Amino acid sequence: MPESIFSALCSRFGEQLFHEQLTRDETPTIWTPQGKIVPVLEYLRSEAEQPYRMLYDLTAIDERACKSKYNGTCEFTLVYHLFSFGRNAFIRLKVALRGEFPSTPTITHLWPNANWYEREVFDMFGIRFDGHPLLRRILMPTTWEGHPLRKEHPARATEMGPFRLFPEKEDREQEALRFDPEEWGMKRQSDDSDFMFLNIGPQHPGTHGVLRIILQLDGEDIVDAVPDIGFHHRGAEKMGERQSWHTYIPYTDRIDYLGGVNNNLAYLLSVEKLAGIHIPQRAEVIRVMLCELFRIASHLVWYGTFAQDVGQLSPVFYMFTDREKIFNIIEAVCGGRMHPNWFRIGGVAQDLPQGWDKLVREFVNYFPKKLKEYDKMVMRNAIFKARTVGIGVFTLDEAIDWGVTGPGLRACGMDWDMRKKRPYSGYEKYEFDIPTGQNGDCYDRAAVRVQEMWQSLRIIEQCLNNMPEGPYKSDHPLATPPVKQYTMQDIETLIHHFLHVSWGPVIPGGEAMVVTEATKGWNSYYLTSDGNTSPYRVRVRTPSFPHMQMIPYISRGYTVADLLSILGAMDYVLADIDR
Amino acid sequence: MEAHYWWVIGGVLFTLLNTAAGLIWLERRMLALWQDRYGPNRAGPFGILIVLADTLKLFFKEDWIPPFADKVVFVFAPAVVVASVLMAFAVVPFGPNIVVADMNIGILFFLAMSSLGVYSIVLGGWASNNKYALLGAMRGASQMISYEVFMGLALMGTVVLSGTFNLGKIVEAQRGMWYIFPQLLGFLIFFIAGIAETHRLPFDIPEAESELVAGFHSEYSGMKFGMFFIGEYLGITLISSMIVTLYFGGWLGPAFLPGVIWFILKTFVFISVFILLRASMPRPRYDQLMEYGWKVLFPLSLLNLLGTAAIKLLIDK
Repeated sequence: MPESIFSALCSRFGEQLFHEQLTRDETPTIWTPQGKIVPVLEYLRSEAEQPYRMLYDLTAIDERACKSKYNGTCEFTLVYHLFSFGRNAFIRLKVALRGEFPSTPTITHLWPNANWYEREVFDMFGIRFDGHPLLRRILMPTTWEGHPLRKEHPARATEMGPFRLFPEKEDREQEALRFDPEEWGMKRQSDDSDFMFLNIGPQHPGTHGVLRIILQLDGEDIVDAVPDIGFHHRGAEKMGERQSWHTYIPYTDRIDYLGGVNNNLAYLLSVEKLAGIHIPQRAEVIRVMLCELFRIASHLVWYGTFAQDVGQLSPVFYMFTDREKIFNIIEAVCGGRMHPNWFRIGGVAQDLPQGWDKLVREFVNYFPKKLKEYDKMVMRNAIFKARTVGIGVFTLDEAIDWGVTGPGLRACGMDWDMRKKRPYSGYEKYEFDIPTGQNGDCYDRAAVRVQEMWQSLRIIEQCLNNMPEGPYKSDHPLATPPVKQYTMQDIETLIHHFLHVSWGPVIPGGEAMVVTEATKGWNSYYLTSDGNTSPYRVRVRTPSFPHMQMIPYISRGYTVADLLSILGAMDYVLADIDR
Repeated sequence: MEAHYWWVIGGVLFTLLNTAAGLIWLERRMLALWQDRYGPNRAGPFGILIVLADTLKLFFKEDWIPPFADKVVFVFAPAVVVASVLMAFAVVPFGPNIVVADMNIGILFFLAMSSLGVYSIVLGGWASNNKYALLGAMRGASQMISYEVFMGLALMGTVVLSGTFNLGKIVEAQRGMWYIFPQLLGFLIFFIAGIAETHRLPFDIPEAESELVAGFHSEYSGMKFGMFFIGEYLGITLISSMIVTLYFGGWLGPAFLPGVIWFILKTFVFISVFILLRASMPRPRYDQLMEYGWKVLFPLSLLNLLGTAAIKLLIDK
């Protein structure tokens, strides 16, 4: 057991510099002086015992409106989340920033994926990062005025005055979207040829959504690429600040819109940690079962569209048919399909319907045969292999540097699955394996996902055979809405019911983050509560964001056709990138 | 010219254009069948009137020429593909005495005409003044020109065996045995080259909708796009009928059906194979296709020609 990271930091840098904050999720949270943050991060990254190799998240909090702020004097807090695989532990470093538009040194030289995170913080808060290679807006249009996640920025359209698009404004907006290679430090020609700048997207059949990638091409070879994201940005984090803890659940459905309840789970685990709610067993198993069904559904969409990206027309139809079978189960249980909005604070919305086990059993019996068939159709196809083996390779070190998680990480050979390593929602009770690859190429990423479907099926079968009896929702007073059968019986529950429905539950102050293994990688909601009916700050850390950031790095030197393999194997969802 | 010829020309033209249009329906229905869905089934019996509806739709669409395009070439390009493929049909013997031009250099004429088809891709892609179209045109040009070589070399085997370039005589020469047996290798190469020539999946690299949107015809719409569309289906029909003519005995068949019916039946089998391929195969990368062509097919087609010629010499001796 290595010494606690706080004492390690103190002995390295001095006692008085740091201050440890206690948080609900028991992640070591250490306030670091602004001047020391870069050396501290450098130390944690490379010198510390069992170093924190991954920059998991970087975000900020506008503290100016907080009633119960922890550090009384600061206007903004910069929050760094690092992860150490050796310790299997996160660390949260906080930096207090003062002033209206503060600035702070960049850490892009330490972690390549800090680039986008810092751009996002700049875009959302107006915090500048000194020495950042190209600090420009990332999610909002470059013409946007203000920084949305600052508290003074309006959250509702009605606070902003009617939107009008005059022809001059339209011209200006269009001009702002024109790509200027010089701005990105790109040359227009090399010694012997002119480069072509090919604008892929935002409307393109290969990008699976409104994503724009600008390619610098020499013939068909990719010299460089610039992903332009933000077209799908809906301000999910801002919305969290004005929704109640309960009414924010449907918004989470729409973050990774293929992952369905996986999003609910990531959010609710944090809320429940804040509130200190213990989930009844049956609810946990229902949650796990639905999550795994959605994992298969999400992987099926990926499987089909990936095959289509490399030109195979038919698989997507078969796989969508199977996904439909999953949706039939989801529909029977939740009523909804892609956005079931089914988990609640303290459990799930309703108990499983009668006959659910028959539906799930049918699927569990039916699906393996289809998976084998798809294996023959897609994974063992020689042309498919030629298109994916050895394409878009990254090593384990690169993956960790860039914040790659989920199947992408496992395809590099690391058997790291949060469900196994840091179990949540009772995942430690299930038997399943963590599939891995070796080569870190597109084919291995695909193979890992295919194997994951088998494992998910195993988990579903265990849920099916061992579904415990009992309540589907906690009787904790903060469970929302409270269990209905009591509301007509005792006044306490009736009052809670009324308050939770009208105002929403008041979650005790503090902060928490629970990292889940979502369909595409690690997903977490870093929630800050100031003891109100809505969160003070919702930080949605999604896996697709850092993955997309890696595109230029792993697509250089390949061709346009390979880019589609790389994008397909990455399995991103635009809303998961832009939020 | 005799009245007979006019009937043949008119009949061939009528049949071909209708076949090409009908293939819209056939392909969509067959794909749907293989992909577990319905396909067009609303207009007319089995949805066959979808052809009419599609054509009407294409005609009534705005005849749009992008302002940045090279107008003359832009309009000219789609016409080239249809014209060149239709011309190539002139030498195909549909049945005994049903051939538009019974030329002694039939095979060469076919090769020449199908080579012209590449112009429509190159010109269309170039005139569109669009980067996707340009990339598609570049891919198309190199793919078609390369595969032309193997195609020509592959079918020389049948010429060696029959001793003639005349397609009608090649069919007659297969009375004893279809050339698929002595020329299996040649057939396979010709077939693969034919798919590349018609740029159908798995070799639809000039279009590659997941990469290049629609490749060389990205900017085309309305009936000008329709011409590319029809050209593609005519191309499939042409390659299928050439396969039948060269390797499967053309219109030869048991006497209970007339020759032309045998020809049509056999051709449809191959058209269906084309569609089945589309339903089942992914698309290789452009450089993989070229590598495969020049490193595998090219030596094989040369070997095939050499071997056929040597055996033929031996037997004749």
